[in-house]
Amino acid sequence: MEQPILEMRGINKAFNGITVLNDVHFSVKKGEVHALMGGNGAGKSTLMKILTGVYTADSGEILIEGQPVTIKSYDEAQKNNISMIFQEFSLIPTLTVAQNIYLTREKKTSIGLLDDKDCEKKTEKLLEELGVDIRPNDLVHNLGVGYWQMTEIAKALSQEAKILIMDEPTSSLTKNETEVLFSFINKLKAKGYSIIYISHRMDEIFEICDRITIMRDGRYVTTEKCSETDLDTVISHIVGMQFDQAFEWKERTYALDVPPIFEVRNLSAEHVQDINLKIQPGEIVGIAGLMGSGRTELLRNLFGIDPIKSGDIYINGQKHSIKNPKNAIEAGLALIPEDRRMQGLVLEHSVKDNMTLPILSKVKKGAFIDSKKSNEISKEFVRKLNIKTDNIFKKAGLLSGGNQQKIVLAKWLANDPTVLMLDEPTIGVDIGAKTEIVEIIRAMAENGKAILVVSSELPELLALSDRVIIMHDGKIKKEMTRREIKSEEELQYAIQGF
Amino acid sequence: MQSKVSSVQKPAAPSLKGFEWRNYIVYFAFVGVLIYFSISLSDEGFLTSANLLNIVRQTATISLMALAMTFVISTGEIDLSVGSIAALSSLVGALAIQAGYGIIGGLIGGVGTGLVVGLINGLLVTKVAIPSFLVTLGTMGAVKGAAMWVTDTAPVPIVDANFNFIFGSGDIGPIPVLLIWTLVFTVIAHILLRKTSFGRQVLATGGNESAARFSGVKTMKIKLMVFLATGLMAGLAGLLYAGRMNAGRFSFGEGDELSVIAAVILGGTSLFGGVGTIIGTIVGSLMIGTINNGLIIMGLDVSQQMIIKGVIIILAVAFGKKAMKR
Ligand SMILES: Nc1ncnc2c1ncn2[C@@H]1O[C@H](COP(=O)(O)OP(=O)(O)OP(=O)(O)O)[C@@H](O)[C@H]1O
Ligand SMILES: [Mg+2]
Repeated sequence: MEQPILEMRGINKAFNGITVLNDVHFSVKKGEVHALMGGNGAGKSTLMKILTGVYTADSGEILIEGQPVTIKSYDEAQKNNISMIFQEFSLIPTLTVAQNIYLTREKKTSIGLLDDKDCEKKTEKLLEELGVDIRPNDLVHNLGVGYWQMTEIAKALSQEAKILIMDEPTSSLTKNETEVLFSFINKLKAKGYSIIYISHRMDEIFEICDRITIMRDGRYVTTEKCSETDLDTVISHIVGMQFDQAFEWKERTYALDVPPIFEVRNLSAEHVQDINLKIQPGEIVGIAGLMGSGRTELLRNLFGIDPIKSGDIYINGQKHSIKNPKNAIEAGLALIPEDRRMQGLVLEHSVKDNMTLPILSKVKKGAFIDSKKSNEISKEFVRKLNIKTDNIFKKAGLLSGGNQQKIVLAKWLANDPTVLMLDEPTIGVDIGAKTEIVEIIRAMAENGKAILVVSSELPELLALSDRVIIMHDGKIKKEMTRREIKSEEELQYAIQGF
Repeated sequence: MQSKVSSVQKPAAPSLKGFEWRNYIVYFAFVGVLIYFSISLSDEGFLTSANLLNIVRQTATISLMALAMTFVISTGEIDLSVGSIAALSSLVGALAIQAGYGIIGGLIGGVGTGLVVGLINGLLVTKVAIPSFLVTLGTMGAVKGAAMWVTDTAPVPIVDANFNFIFGSGDIGPIPVLLIWTLVFTVIAHILLRKTSFGRQVLATGGNESAARFSGVKTMKIKLMVFLATGLMAGLAGLLYAGRMNAGRFSFGEGDELSVIAAVILGGTSLFGGVGTIIGTIVGSLMIGTINNGLIIMGLDVSQQMIIKGVIIILAVAFGKKAMKR
């Protein structure tokens, strides 16, 4: 059998006595795209951090092409031809593409000055080879997110990387950008690079990967060939039990003969025009549309983040003028933003403090915070959303990516709003938690709330919505009741504008 | 498979609106200020070559400190202690000369003082991890105190004519030596920032510190170096004060941090780090000098000048921020 390019054997890691990785095995072949999957907090990111020298394993060994190596820093990882493709945090926005790629490795002229010409030429050649259509002297600041990643990959390759690690690379990409990234990954694969690919999106995994390794609760479960397994098997390995299809639409009933609980009349703003919208109490309305169709912008307008030019918003029949998020919260609106890590979380604060921030007035006893009550609320949500944390006093920043997402969800759910707006509610969240979130949203609707969901994941949108609104170029183009939509394809067509 | 990436959001064309406007605003402003004073102060002789050279002389100290400050601000830090360093350095330099160590002794004393304070600033910021704003606010006070204490607030006269020539009042032909000092260091600073790996790493550190670290930039070392640079240049500025005024004095450099930071920000260096320009800084500095000069000729006193400088800083930052947002 062919020797793997990378092998990790018997890796153990504990933080403060709590085991996070338990005897994990992982092996990658040359020229393959290898998916690493598992629920939130399964230990995927931690395993990769050990591989890149951010953490050191308590025990276990790493072999590169059969040779044992020690990796104590990111530098040493790079010397072993391993590179992490960070999502957006490892480029310097104020420098150009070429300056970024060759930072600290610039060629010098004979008198010791930087030879920028040489840098640019090498970058041009590199980008040409990779087929990436950006110029070496473009400022990174001016590039789209998709190009950030390609610049990063180019940088890694210029450092002779042979193993590339991508941790949820598509979570901030549009569909187009994702496709471009995939064709790029295929090219890299053909050239013999190995790619470790972490994602919660099943369709992506089956599209791009050759093999899948699955982890659960810090343990290695199995490694399978993509061509020899199927979705259900993979899901059951991740979840650890037979998985019941929660992603099925449940016909729901809600009162149609009462006045709408939420109404928008003739709303126009910078990116949206002429929006009219009514939601009954207990109704879940999904918004579908392409990236840039104005979905996120509409939610931001409704929540008072971006100003509206004209139009009125009614909640419970009462007109509200919403100028800022504080007005919106007071009027009973809540928005769970898409970019939750950045917008929704104080990483330095505890899980509990994050969750109870918007509801401080509700957990007060006189002038003081009732810590018993706020503890109870926090614990309840940790249990409900299955948040993997040692306790509610752990710093939010130390939780795994997906568990951080869940905290933000909890934070706004705890506020018990009249109208709940969610932007891509399950991004970065594992399959188990996805179904839980779907359940929670349904339960909120059952309580007579109005729900407005934006999602690019059509199965999720279809599972949730009673009605789907399709947006295009800032306008509502079409409206369909859930019953009218026969299949995901039909909705996909409608979104594409056919 | 089509190999060229094209369906993706194209890199936005380098935005003409924001950045360029921000980069050139200082030049327009400078010309505007010159025209304004030329007209309103034409009777007082603002536009005579004697007065213009005077502006250059008076501005040299600010300019040298602003050059170094450009590096500090480009890393996303700030140094408020420059004015106090200049004061203490002028005194240490003057004392060294008085004690008979000559010009070299004065130079080593003045510049050495600056370097020591710069080192302390740098170590506190990098090793003890105190924000530079607080560190240098502290040293600003402490160093000023030291300057008042060494001679019990008494000035120290310098009688060494050579020193006074080289570091202050000398002219070579029609050219003031202070202009030469300014030009030489401007060229050095410009090359350092634009053409050397040190400069590149300064900009990288300010642009995104953790990314810079992951790319192999020793960000702590870079920060230490930039504080040494402001220390060094503030020390030299102190000697230029001493040379021009033929004495060391604790009140030199008072309020200079305001002028220096205003010059840098006006010039287009981003207070948020990552973007810096030496040419902009020097124009910004000349503009501050011109405003100072014009206000003095107009008969405004120090307090009124300070108000105007404060307003200018805030306006400059506000403009810069708008432009950054695009
Ligand atoms: N520095 C740390 N200190 C304490 N606990 C940590 C630390 N880093 C990670 N953990 C814990 O280790 C566990 C595994 O986290 P990890 O980030 O590897 O999960 P993950 O598989 O990447 O999950 P996700 O899909 O949500 O990103 C989590 O329970 C997390 O709280
Ligand atoms: Mg993770």
